[in-house]
Amino acid sequence: MYQIDQEINHIKDSVLDMMVMVRKQIERSKEALLTNNKDITEQIIAKEKKVNAIDLKIDSDCEKVLALMSPVADDLRFLIAVLNINTFLERIGDNAESIANFINEFDEAVNNNVIKKLQLEEMFDFCLEMFDVISEAFDEEDTDLAAKVFKKDKAVDEVNNAAIARVSELIRSDINNTENYLKYLSVIRKLERVGDLVKNVAEETVFYVDAKVLKHKKKKKLKIIERDK
Amino acid sequence: MIVKETMEEHGTEQEGSKFTLETKKLGVYYGDKQVVHDVDLKIKKNTVTAFIGPSGCGKSTVLRTLNRMNDYIEIFRKEGEILLDGQDIYDKHVHVEELRQEIGMVFQKPNPFPKSIYENVVYGLKIQGNTNKSDLDEVVERTLQQANLWDEVKDDLKKSALALSGGQQQRLCIARTLAVEPSVLLMDEPASALDPISTAKLEELILQLKEKYTIVIVTHNMQQASRISDKTAFYYLGELVEYDKTKNIFTNPKEERTQNYITGRFG
Repeated sequence: MYQIDQEINHIKDSVLDMMVMVRKQIERSKEALLTNNKDITEQIIAKEKKVNAIDLKIDSDCEKVLALMSPVADDLRFLIAVLNINTFLERIGDNAESIANFINEFDEAVNNNVIKKLQLEEMFDFCLEMFDVISEAFDEEDTDLAAKVFKKDKAVDEVNNAAIARVSELIRSDINNTENYLKYLSVIRKLERVGDLVKNVAEETVFYVDAKVLKHKKKKKLKIIERDK
Repeated sequence: MIVKETMEEHGTEQEGSKFTLETKKLGVYYGDKQVVHDVDLKIKKNTVTAFIGPSGCGKSTVLRTLNRMNDYIEIFRKEGEILLDGQDIYDKHVHVEELRQEIGMVFQKPNPFPKSIYENVVYGLKIQGNTNKSDLDEVVERTLQQANLWDEVKDDLKKSALALSGGQQQRLCIARTLAVEPSVLLMDEPASALDPISTAKLEELILQLKEKYTIVIVTHNMQQASRISDKTAFYYLGELVEYDKTKNIFTNPKEERTQNYITGRFG
């Protein structure tokens, strides 16, 4: 095996490890929210340091290959994509930590009816499914699979778009709990951001494998979504 | 335009082309052995085209065929066409010396004559019969400036060219080529004998010269090809495997052989 293949395989493994770790952070934040478990939120916050450390390591490994091996073609695209993917995953980790912080600030036990009304559990599940899809797509270099993430992100966006009206209604009916409802809204906003970041990972995967730039190209993505219907 | 004028004189001129250089189904044989197969190239004016590929792939053979350097090889034979501004450079009316005036060549190893810097630059012009000192002085200054060498040698023009460094000698050879006012410059691994600083100066020079000349360069240095060329042609076993914009070749090559070569996974 060529030296550059060894380096790239190593970086790819690190990115997959990072995906698993960050997915776990989101999964734990879901569990923490549904069970109002403050021990789990502390675990999430502690684990965030580990996510940051892997982020720095992946950046450093990419820099090494860029500086020493003059990569071109798919090697170059892989490294450019990974530098971006790594940043997106780290930001997902930040969002998981932020959700954990919101959960810590809830004044009282979570209200399952509210969670149901706001579709929070579904939103978490959409994000986790997106993670499963993109991890496999990145690992297998399968751009058709990566494209499925765009459709799922639309589902996350729909929940987010409906949230303002739903939270407003909750506040109007129970004004004393306004602060809590706004925190729920903040969690929804964070999950919407997670969906966007996973979608960005999918775009980078398509760039790496097919050399196609989907960033800022809504029409192209819509075509892919239509194709998958 | 010398070639075109010659063709006009003989009434054999062809329609102009939007490409400065063009090869159509170019094949090259040494004896019975075919070393270059069906090469189609279209090279636009004021561009740099890099030829890359492993040793023996035919890139230097194609380059040398572009100004008929291979004519001296007895067993050489070519098929297909090579057009300069639409005119066939192998037309029987074309004078090889005039063609080489229009398509100059810079070689791998600097090859200044054992003469002064000044005499090296004006050598070609003197052979053409130009002995007017003020004309020659003007050409020396202009071409040495074009070759980014003037400031380094202007006070030592009578010094032997052999006393210059390798990088300076190579730039002097470029000035010598420019003195006869070519429209195309062919360069056969011009930086392979130079240190990194001289190489950087040469690459900068090539980018400046592109504004006035059309340049074709053979290089084994792929970073060099990616830095200075607009289009890149990858050759393998005498075949032009891929010819595209340099950005495309180095970020998204279409052919697997190109991909394997430029990423160092060949063989």
